[in-house]
Amino acid sequence: MSPLLAVKGLTKHFPLRSGLLSRAKPVVQAVDDVSFEVDAGETLGIVGESGCGKSTTARLLMHLAPADRGTIAFDGSLVGAGEGLSRRDLHRQMQMVFQDSYASLNPRLPVSMSIAFGPLVHGLGKPAALARAMDLLQAVGLDPLSFANRYPHELSGGQRQRINVARALALQPRLLILDEAVSALDKSIEAQVLNLLLDLKERFDLTYIFISHDLNVVRFISDRVMVMYLGKVVELGPVDRIYREPKHPYTHALLSAIPSMDPRHRTTEAPLSGDPPNPINPPSGCRFRTRCPFAEPVCEEVPPALQMGEDGRAVACHMLMPGSGHSRA
Amino acid sequence: MAPVVLVEDLRVRFTTPDTVVHAVNGISFTLEPGRVLGILGESGSGKSVTLRALIGLLPPRRSHVDGRIVVGGHEITRMSERELRDVRGTRIAMIFQEPMTALDPVFTIGEQIAETIVRHEGISHPEAYRRALELLEMVQIPSATRRLKSYPHEMSGGMRQRAMIALALSCRPTVLLADEPTTALDVTVQIQIIVLLRQLQQDLGMAVVFVTHDVGVAVEVADRIAVMYAGRFVETGLAEAVIRSPAHPYTAGLLASTVLGAARGQRLEAIPGSPPDMTALPTGCSFAPRCRFAEPRCRDALPAEFALASDRTVRCIRVAAGEIDVAAGTPNGDAVVGWQRRAMEEPARGTAR
Repeated sequence: MSPLLAVKGLTKHFPLRSGLLSRAKPVVQAVDDVSFEVDAGETLGIVGESGCGKSTTARLLMHLAPADRGTIAFDGSLVGAGEGLSRRDLHRQMQMVFQDSYASLNPRLPVSMSIAFGPLVHGLGKPAALARAMDLLQAVGLDPLSFANRYPHELSGGQRQRINVARALALQPRLLILDEAVSALDKSIEAQVLNLLLDLKERFDLTYIFISHDLNVVRFISDRVMVMYLGKVVELGPVDRIYREPKHPYTHALLSAIPSMDPRHRTTEAPLSGDPPNPINPPSGCRFRTRCPFAEPVCEEVPPALQMGEDGRAVACHMLMPGSGHSRA
Repeated sequence: MAPVVLVEDLRVRFTTPDTVVHAVNGISFTLEPGRVLGILGESGSGKSVTLRALIGLLPPRRSHVDGRIVVGGHEITRMSERELRDVRGTRIAMIFQEPMTALDPVFTIGEQIAETIVRHEGISHPEAYRRALELLEMVQIPSATRRLKSYPHEMSGGMRQRAMIALALSCRPTVLLADEPTTALDVTVQIQIIVLLRQLQQDLGMAVVFVTHDVGVAVEVADRIAVMYAGRFVETGLAEAVIRSPAHPYTAGLLASTVLGAARGQRLEAIPGSPPDMTALPTGCSFAPRCRFAEPRCRDALPAEFALASDRTVRCIRVAAGEIDVAAGTPNGDAVVGWQRRAMEEPARGTAR
């Protein structure tokens, strides 16, 4: 069975304006040669710190920004190529929910119109589109009679995010990208929206790409997780296995940095020092080497490739590549 | 030991032409020197307003503060702005979530710290500058000598946060107020700042009031935790007791909502509804509309603070009457910390203490 979404070699560099005299043009390597697949019905979590490229990846998938290189295939057809899926077709299949629930709704439209807008643009008649909006309001747990005619500013953050989920579902997509969709919500509201996402996934046979900086939430909702660092994938695999036994030193550090929930076992030492480096002109070779306790000369020279292991997980680290030249390999 | 912070029946309301927002509705606590109180609450619970009241930072014309606040022997609520300026920095200092707005963008870090020391201690500028260098070293900023001459925008987020901590500690305050200082940071940087703050707190023997919405952060820093809801402490106690056996239904709900304890893909035991409207609080228990244990009498009168144990209070009439035990059946205690502990037992993890 072919995967629902297959991404190969996705790359996006943002050139920065350089000074008149400087020769080297600074480039933000936001996403660099990222490949992964998403099977129908699964949830792929993407984690990483700011600047790791997780949100840029989402925008590239949605074609909200053009990729420099790489291909995206949805259900076997290439996106954007002459023969394949057009951007418009893609958006019927794949939709996105953003972090800022207020900025992603039109403040001058009642929420039912915001939900119906997509179907209208895609050719559904107005009565049918509004009827669908009503159904979706119900589906996201908001009473259509009392919410349909409200405006975004009349709703709480949690209610607005429910509207955004309904809006994303209005074209009956098969894949939903949730980019920090619960990150701005309070914990008690976050739990409600996570429950809703679980319900909707089952009810509408959805596939999720769930992007978050909250490692606990990603563990809760994902089947597989992809860990990114400075535009590169460092580890990818089943969520339980990675959380239980991270193999990449960065994944290990990231998971050890989660605050302890046990007052008797507090964290006494931070696993990493310093901030993530600037994605402008990132380190050569392995991008994590500047913060890695195990870095050796080979890490500076050769960028480690993402290698698929036997347990269904891929890791990009010289230590796990026999013959790489690393003393621990 | 005599408490260094004493708060009695603190109430804060904000008035606008149309409405009155009751942000803090009667909180009392004391804090001993060298202890850390974590105030845990969601947005709008009044935790940051409480903190600002402690250092006299609320806008005088639009806010109304009632009650008594004594910090290091000073009655904050009765002091003039001029008197407050002498106490801020020397007795009581504050760090914020966003260092970029707390630091002055047009002065170097060194100048800002030195200025503060000169203002409060009247020593010479070169002497103050030397102290600034010591402070940057104390907060573990690499190449501190060079960083003294840096402007805030030239630093990374974590380094700015360290610089702000150095500034706050420049005149050796006895009480440090921390308003979500790690919330905007990446997780690997957040843990560095937490470990640093705890180390400084112990080395300098400061009392700290640490406000956060994150249960994990509260557990990492606090000796005692006060859970805040609708402007009141609904539960207080030692961190371990509150986390492992929550007494108030809201605390239990909050812990159940943090996804740690839940098995993957299982529905979370979410708290239904949303936080109350702070302009029109219900008469009785403000959590009653969302509480699965609520009875009609919960809505009649505000539950009094009930002492469960010598160091443990809860505001719930049903818990006080021994009718409910919210800890039973919620994923707290061992279930919550289960996989975390497994993660910690791995050899590479920092040693547990």
